Amino acid sequence: MENYSAPLNDVFHALADPTRRSVIARLGSGSASIKELAEPFGLGLPSFLKHIKVLESSGLIASQKVGRVRTCKLRRGNLIAAQKWFDEQRAAWESRYENLDNLLTTLKGEEDES
Amino acid sequence: MKADLQFDFLVDEEKSTITIKREFAAKRQLVWDCHTKSELLDRWFAPKPLTTRTKSMDFSEGGHWHYAMVEPNGQEYWGRVDYQTIHPIDNYTSLDGFSDDTGTVNPELPRSKWNVTFSDVKTHTLVETVVSYTSPEALQQVIKMGLKEGLTSTLERLDELLLILN
Repeated sequence: MENYSAPLNDVFHALADPTRRSVIARLGSGSASIKELAEPFGLGLPSFLKHIKVLESSGLIASQKVGRVRTCKLRRGNLIAAQKWFDEQRAAWESRYENLDNLLTTLKGEEDES
Repeated sequence: MKADLQFDFLVDEEKSTITIKREFAAKRQLVWDCHTKSELLDRWFAPKPLTTRTKSMDFSEGGHWHYAMVEPNGQEYWGRVDYQTIHPIDNYTSLDGFSDDTGTVNPELPRSKWNVTFSDVKTHTLVETVVSYTSPEALQQVIKMGLKEGLTSTLERLDELLLILN
């Protein structure tokens, strides 16, 4: 499925597509050529290259052409940044809501006494 | 967190939203009050070890809450929440953003829209907060700012993420 309506220059848009997530996962185990990456998907090369372009403009991967072969590799920093931020947000909400649990317990105690 | 209370944290990368659902062991009116009265917000809103300090509060449509989250060392992070719609004790929507100590919103940084819904679950209350950014770029900008201290590029973390993506 192609989905290019959203702006391209972005990690989250890039990760929103299952084909692109698979490419990222594959590159996690090492660099690979476009041909190697495209094989499992059964997509035509032009369609697949669109996915590669989205990933490149998001900063998640980089590619380099040597002779006739274009090789892709993961740019780990950008991928980790997104995940780290979400982890931090989740931890912040957990902590905030634990505070609220404690406050609610205190307030209910006050209600019972009055 | 109390083990029997529901907590969901869902990221929708395509829509640039984060949805947080949490159940509280209290009646809806009390949970609503804790979200909408500044003297109560001051007692829970900032995650530990930060504390919350209200400078001004006008909980009405068009009004705003101006507050700081304060580090133990005194460092302050100012924020401003502008209330858009209020339906006691069911729902409110607001715009959340970074400000300075005078309450002026930083125009350089994206604001997120919060849609907060309160519902009864037996004797408990479920709070669903949907945080939306206007675009993937806006979310990306907030992330970059939050991580400006530098990235800890440990490969372990990436391996965990790759497991999830697979």
